[in-house]
Amino acid sequence: MGNTVAMILAGGQGTRLGVLTERVAKPAIPFGGKYRLIDFTLSNCVNSGIYRVGVLTQYRPHVLSKHIGIGRPWDLDRKDGGVEILPPYVGRHESDWYKGTANAVYQNLEFLEENDAELVLILSGDHVYAMNYNDLIDYHLLKEADGTIACMEVPIEEASRFGIMITDVDGKIVDFEEKPAKPRSNLASLGIYVFNYEFLKKVLIEDENDPNSSHDFGKDVIPRILRENLGSLYAFRFDGYWRDVGTLRSYWEANLELVLPVPPFNLYDPNWRFFTHTEEMPPAYVAPGSKVSTSLVSEGAEVYGNVFNSVIFQGVKIGRGTVVKNSVIMTRTEIGENCYLENVIIAENVKVGNNVRMGVGEDAESKLDPKVYSGLLTVVGMNSVIPDDMVIGKNCVIGIGVKPEDFKSKTLESGDYVIVREE
Amino acid sequence: MRVLGLILAGGKSDRLWPLTKVRASAAVPVFGKYRAIDFTLSNMVNSGIRKVGILTQYNPRSLMDHLGSGKEWDLDRKSGGLFILQPYVGPNREVWYRGTADAIFQNMTILRRGEEDHVLIGSGDHIYKMIYRDLFNYHLKKGADITLVVKELDETYNLSEYGIVQLDDDMRVVEIEEKPAHPKGNIAFLGVYFMNKELLKELLYATVPQGKYDLLLDIVIPNLDRLKVYAYRFDGYWRNVKKGIKEYYRINMDILKKEVRDELFYRNGKVYTKLKDLPPPKFTTTAVVENSLIADGSIVSGTVRNSVIFRNVRIKVGAVVENSIIMESTVVEEGAVLRNVILDKNCIVREGRVIEGDTELPVFEKRAVL
Repeated sequence: MGNTVAMILAGGQGTRLGVLTERVAKPAIPFGGKYRLIDFTLSNCVNSGIYRVGVLTQYRPHVLSKHIGIGRPWDLDRKDGGVEILPPYVGRHESDWYKGTANAVYQNLEFLEENDAELVLILSGDHVYAMNYNDLIDYHLLKEADGTIACMEVPIEEASRFGIMITDVDGKIVDFEEKPAKPRSNLASLGIYVFNYEFLKKVLIEDENDPNSSHDFGKDVIPRILRENLGSLYAFRFDGYWRDVGTLRSYWEANLELVLPVPPFNLYDPNWRFFTHTEEMPPAYVAPGSKVSTSLVSEGAEVYGNVFNSVIFQGVKIGRGTVVKNSVIMTRTEIGENCYLENVIIAENVKVGNNVRMGVGEDAESKLDPKVYSGLLTVVGMNSVIPDDMVIGKNCVIGIGVKPEDFKSKTLESGDYVIVREE
Repeated sequence: MRVLGLILAGGKSDRLWPLTKVRASAAVPVFGKYRAIDFTLSNMVNSGIRKVGILTQYNPRSLMDHLGSGKEWDLDRKSGGLFILQPYVGPNREVWYRGTADAIFQNMTILRRGEEDHVLIGSGDHIYKMIYRDLFNYHLKKGADITLVVKELDETYNLSEYGIVQLDDDMRVVEIEEKPAHPKGNIAFLGVYFMNKELLKELLYATVPQGKYDLLLDIVIPNLDRLKVYAYRFDGYWRNVKKGIKEYYRINMDILKKEVRDELFYRNGKVYTKLKDLPPPKFTTTAVVENSLIADGSIVSGTVRNSVIFRNVRIKVGAVVENSIIMESTVVEEGAVLRNVILDKNCIVREGRVIEGDTELPVFEKRAVL
C-alpha cells in the first residue's frame, strides 16, 4: 500500500445549524455527550492506521484548532507525520481564502508533496460514521482506479439531496449527477474520496486554471474527470452508519439515536474507539429521587432531576424537580430547579433559571428563519442566561450570549426569537 | 522556592487484601475512575511542583501503568517531570527499601541533582485536596526546620491507628506517638513532611547508615528537641485508604455526599488521572439509578442505588446493585443482586446470583467469576 495522507476538509460553516455554528466551524460542534464532529473522522484515520493528516480550516477555526492542538488525544503527536492544521495563507500572487474544497487541497499540494503522498484521502470533518479506510483503499488498489468515491445506497426519494453516481457492473462510475431532480440511481456520494496523488495533482492544477470552475470536488472536479474521461473513478459501497448532520433536525436526531437500546451507531465498540480532547472530569452523579433513562449522561454531570431520552454533555447540572426530555444539553450548561424542557438543543455554558418551561405550546413557523429553524426544536446558543419563570414555546431561538434583560417578557411565543447581535 | 515532590508509594497493605493482591495500595481504584495516588500527585502539580519522584516497591506494575510518562499530570517534561524510583541492584547495595528513610536514601541522586531547595514528602495512599503553597509560606514564616501537616481527627477515626502529636502554643511539635494504645489527643500527623533539601540529606546520611530506616520514627521523632519541627493544620477532608477495607468503603461512599464531591473534585484544582477515551455512561430504558456515581463507558440497564460504578461496567436488565463498589469492566448479568459488596476489576456476576454483605463487606478479587 502506498503512503496515504488524509486531508480533512474542516472549513465548512454549516449555515443550516443556526446558532450552533455561529461562532464555531461545523466540524467543531459538540456531539454525543463529549465529542466534536471532527473526532469521528480523526479517529477513523488513526484506527485505520493513517497517521499523516492535514486539517483544512477556514471558517471560525479557533475552537477547532484548540481542540486538535498537536493531536495528542488521537496519538497524532508524532515525530514522523502527525496532524497539521492547514489554514488559508497569503501567497505570493494572491491572498487567498479557500474558494472551494478542490481549491483548498490545491493550495496545499506542497503539504502532500512534503509528506510523500502516494494516495490522498479526501474527507469531511463533519460526518458521523465509523469507517475503516483500508477497505476503501484496498478496493481502490484492486480496481487500479485513479480515484474511488465512497458511496451508500439511500432511499430513492432522498437521492435528490445527494451527489448521485451511476456505475457499470464493475463499479466503475460512468456518470455523476449533483443533487438531481430525477435521480437515475440511489447510490449517493459520501464526500469521501481516495485518489492517486499524481492523478489528483494533475486534475487539481487543471481545475485551478479553469475560470468557469467553482473549485469544488462534487460540483466541478468529479464531473469534469467523467466528462473529459481523464481517468477511472470507482464507487466503493459502504453499508455502515453514516450521517451528515447538516440541519438542526438531523443533528438532534443523530444525537438521540445514540440513546436507543441498540443504537445504529455504536460508540461502545472496543475495537473502534473514538478519541477526543476532553477536560478531566469526575464520573457522572445521579442523586436520590432522580430518574434517568434512555439517555447518555457524561462525566462531570450532576443530575438532581429527571432525564429521559436525552444526551447530557460533560459538567451539566440539572436541578431538583426538573424534567429534561428528548433534548441535547451541551457542556457545562446548568439548569435550575422545577424546569420542564422538551425537544430543545442547548449549547455550552448556558444558565437556565428555576421554573422555566421550554419547548411547550403550539407549533409555529420560525419568525427568524424558517429554512434553518423548523421541526419544533427550540435552540439556545452558548453563554446565554434564561431567567426564572420563563415560558418558551416550540421552534424558538435564543441566540448567543443573551442576558436576562434581553427578554421583554416572561413568555416567548412559539416561533419567536431573542438574538443579540455580535458587536 | 523550588520544591521537589516525593511520594511514598511502596507500601504493601494486607488490610486492603485482596484489592492489593495485584497492586500497591497507592494504586487502589477510588471514586469510579481514579487511583489513590492521583490526589497527592494532582495536589503537587496544582501547587506548582514540576518534579516528582514516586518511590515504589511492592507490586508496582499497576501503578507504573497508571502513571505512564506522567503526561496526564503534565509531568512529561524535558526538565523535571516524573521519576519512578524503584529499588535496584548495584555494587555494594541492598535491593529492597527497608523503610521510608532508606527508600529516599537509596535515591540520593534525585536529592543531589536539581536546583530544588525544599522537599515535600507525601503518601500515595491519602485522599485529600490541598494547595501546598500556604504550607510553604507557613514553613518559612515559622523559620521551621521541618513542617508536618496535621489534622484534628473526629470520632470517625480510630486514633490508635495514627501518629498523634502534641503541640505547644506556637504550634511547635513537642511529642509524636505513633499508633498509641491510649492516645493523649486527637491531632494526628497526616504523613506530609516539608523541609529543606540540604537538611533532609544531612539527616539521611546521619541515620540510614546506622541501620535506622524510618523517616518518622528514626529521623523526625528523635530530633524533636534539636530541630524546630512545626505543625501546619489542615481542616479539609482527609482519609487514608490503607487503613483497611472498611475505611476504603467509607471513603468511596463519602463521595456520594455533595460536600465531599465539591471539595475533592472541584476545589483547589482538578484531580488528574489516566484517560481512557471511553464514551459517556449510558442509561437504558430500564435503568433506575439513585445516589450513585457512574463512570464513563458504563451501560446501566438495571437498578443502581448508593453505589460507585467504575468505567466500562455493564449492569444488565433486572440486576440490582446497592451500597456497593463495582470496579472497571465488571459485568453484572441479568437479575443478579449485589448488596454491600466490593467487586474488583473484570469480575463477572452470573445471572440471578445474589450476594449480600452486611457490616462485613465481601470483597471479590480481580477476574472473579461469581
